[in-house]
Amino acid sequence: MNQMPTRRSATDLDWDRVRRWGIYAGLTMAFLSSIGMVESLDKRLIVDPILSLGFLALLWVPVAFGYAATYEEAKEGMAAPEKGERDLIGGLAAGLIGGLFFVAFIAIADAVDLRGVFPRIGPALIDLLTFGRGTAVGGLLWLMISGLLGMFGGLLHVLPVRVRRAVTNALTAVFLVALVEIAVVDIFESLRLTVISDWIYAKNGGVTIAGAIVVGALAALSSVRSEGDAVVRFRTRYATMEGDERKRFNLIAGAVGLVLAVVLPMVLGGLTNELLANVGLFLLMALGLNLVVGYAGLLDLGYVAFFAVGAYTTAILTSPLSPKWTPMLTLDFFSIEGWVVMVVVVAVAALSGLVVGTPVIRLRGDYLAIVTLGFGEIVRILFLSDWLAPAFGGAQGIRNIPAAVAGPAEINGTKPQTIFYLVVIFVGIAVYVAWRLYHSRIGRAWAALREDEDVAEAMGVETTKMKLLAFITGAILASFGGMIFAVKVGSVFPSSFKLIVSIIVLVIVIVGGMGSIPGVVVGSLVLIGILGGPTQPGLLAEFGEFKLLIYGALLVFMMLRRPEGLWPSVQRQRELHQEEILQDAWLKAEAAADSAGER
Amino acid sequence: MHLLEITGLTKSFGGLQALGGVDFHIDELEIVSVIGPNGAGKTTFFNTISGLVVPDEGRIVFEDEDIAGLEPSEITKRGIARTFQNVRLFPDMTILENVMVAQHCRTETGVWGALFNTPTFRNEERAIEERAKDILGFFGTRLTGYRFRQPAYVLSYANRRRLEIARAMGTMPRLLLLDEPTAGMNPKETAELTGLIRKLRDEKGFTIVVIEHEMRVVRDVSDRVVVLDHGVKIAEGSYDEVSSNPDVIEAYLGRPAEEGA
Repeated sequence: MNQMPTRRSATDLDWDRVRRWGIYAGLTMAFLSSIGMVESLDKRLIVDPILSLGFLALLWVPVAFGYAATYEEAKEGMAAPEKGERDLIGGLAAGLIGGLFFVAFIAIADAVDLRGVFPRIGPALIDLLTFGRGTAVGGLLWLMISGLLGMFGGLLHVLPVRVRRAVTNALTAVFLVALVEIAVVDIFESLRLTVISDWIYAKNGGVTIAGAIVVGALAALSSVRSEGDAVVRFRTRYATMEGDERKRFNLIAGAVGLVLAVVLPMVLGGLTNELLANVGLFLLMALGLNLVVGYAGLLDLGYVAFFAVGAYTTAILTSPLSPKWTPMLTLDFFSIEGWVVMVVVVAVAALSGLVVGTPVIRLRGDYLAIVTLGFGEIVRILFLSDWLAPAFGGAQGIRNIPAAVAGPAEINGTKPQTIFYLVVIFVGIAVYVAWRLYHSRIGRAWAALREDEDVAEAMGVETTKMKLLAFITGAILASFGGMIFAVKVGSVFPSSFKLIVSIIVLVIVIVGGMGSIPGVVVGSLVLIGILGGPTQPGLLAEFGEFKLLIYGALLVFMMLRRPEGLWPSVQRQRELHQEEILQDAWLKAEAAADSAGER
Repeated sequence: MHLLEITGLTKSFGGLQALGGVDFHIDELEIVSVIGPNGAGKTTFFNTISGLVVPDEGRIVFEDEDIAGLEPSEITKRGIARTFQNVRLFPDMTILENVMVAQHCRTETGVWGALFNTPTFRNEERAIEERAKDILGFFGTRLTGYRFRQPAYVLSYANRRRLEIARAMGTMPRLLLLDEPTAGMNPKETAELTGLIRKLRDEKGFTIVVIEHEMRVVRDVSDRVVVLDHGVKIAEGSYDEVSSNPDVIEAYLGRPAEEGA
């Protein structure tokens, strides 16, 4: 029977889905509260005095889950599902269900002492969650808040695209402005424009209400005027650039980056510089690992080993307290001595790359990953061991690593500006190396190796040699990172080189986009800049103890929604979006056939 | 003095003898077809020549050197290139890159050349690209123009097979091993490819060994036909000789019922 599509009634919803997402929302909120996230993050204000980061960590839940509860996929070749009051009802229902669960959680936590199992659930938390008004009033409030926010989530489907974009942009802008508070305050201070920053930011931290309104309005206005999502448009345009155009763009982007890199540290304060230096340090390692994992397709989980080798080599060469050898060279970039240090670091890293690489290089995929994982730990444990303590200092490590020197300037951790400049130079080198190699015979060989190792070998690519080359190049870049790290911290301990460093660098590469240099840059800015490294704080320093949880959640989300990363490489994009590209290719072939026919 | 001379080639996988002492030779500018029923050991034969499988016994002498047991890349460098029965391109690389990467063993600039963008490096890169375009041009306009920058997986099945041949040509071999080049093609495409195989020899000067099931192709291209069955060579000669050989007919069709008892 051929039926005309009928208008669906207001309650014709996938109630199963609504119920499910509602329950998820309630459980997520309860989970986030019970691990202590709300309480710890409550100190950081986003909008003073109405919204703290802690409550934001709860409030996004009904919005996102209300949105998800009423999300319907537009199937290919079928009319997009109609949106309307149904979505509001669905969102509201999901929000209410979530609220109900959450209120139940609060009530239970209030009535029963759960501190034995969940040490973070105490009277202080209950007080915070009920706004200090008792369980009954607080519960009612939560039901209302959650329901309304869920409805708002549903509303996002109904709003016209432009309005929706304006709303989301305004909210994101306010959040981002609150996020980069320290950096912006620094800049305005050194420009002597504290009037403005004092007006935008409140004394206790966070944006003032007036500031939030202005920022939100500006963001909304700018998005109303633009066509479509600026980021997506820009990325598509970049991906379709060819030859000279892309070269010109890269040149301009590089120049802008360079100017920023030179100017920024001057106007930023110590804390922000420290943060940027950390971003750069991880970026340096991520660029190296990207060569190994993204280009050559070798999953190396023990990458931190080379970072450690670089750091320890620098320590032994420069520190007067090195237990066995004390050449006490100065890492002076303007003298022979400094270059000797660098050459030795590179040589030792290359050698260790060769030593680790040779036995494992014939392994593939999972086996390679596991063996490199083992090697990474072996290196750390060797540095830690009593057996080698006479050379490497065991758990005490090596202290008193002197500052690096560049002419009259001293470079060490107490002057984060100088470290930042040093990092920028080495990141520049790493980007250059990665870019040149990628667009050469070696880069093509790596790509072939990643796609099909047997065929690459059969087509004349010496796979063993090329894999070792990738391993060694990656090791050298990581050792530079280690060298800077040693100078920055002034001491090296085995505990700085744990597995988690390898994992986080790998997460940067995956989240940013495997095989993509801009992707890796974006990845380290987002992950290290905002969340922070394994021991280094980011812009959201309060996230400290929850960092790994968020890393994990982000990784899962990315794998499900954007496996190609934030800024994918052309090849990854091809790999994961074959259908669209096939369609495109077909249209091109048609066009070519047409024009041939006309001729 | 043959271009390739194989004696007593043996390979077993566990209890299964895939090759049981095969002798084979091919001369410069010859086209030889290797035929045989499924499981006769044809692909293993190719795999041992190209080094993907190391033979248990036997000599593979190419240009006076025994290449048995060398790394596949080393064998490719000596001048033997192949295609695969189940097309194995580098699907996410562009069509041009697929042919460019095949020239890996014929080029040599290393890390320094790439890093410092030396004149040698630039000249070599330009030469690689020119040669790749030239090779792709051999297949008409199917793989040229806007196709250069498209990923290999957008190609139709027949074009993938063509690109695989182009990639093998990119390694600049003397001997080409084509593993069922017409499998999955329609009659028109098959006829065209038959012409192309001849052209590869006549115009480009390749010596060619081809595994093929399509008897019309075998008849039209081969100077000589070698028949394998159960890893053993059961016949050799011109197409007409081989196709009337009772052993060959038996291998393909089985023994008549009255004799079999």
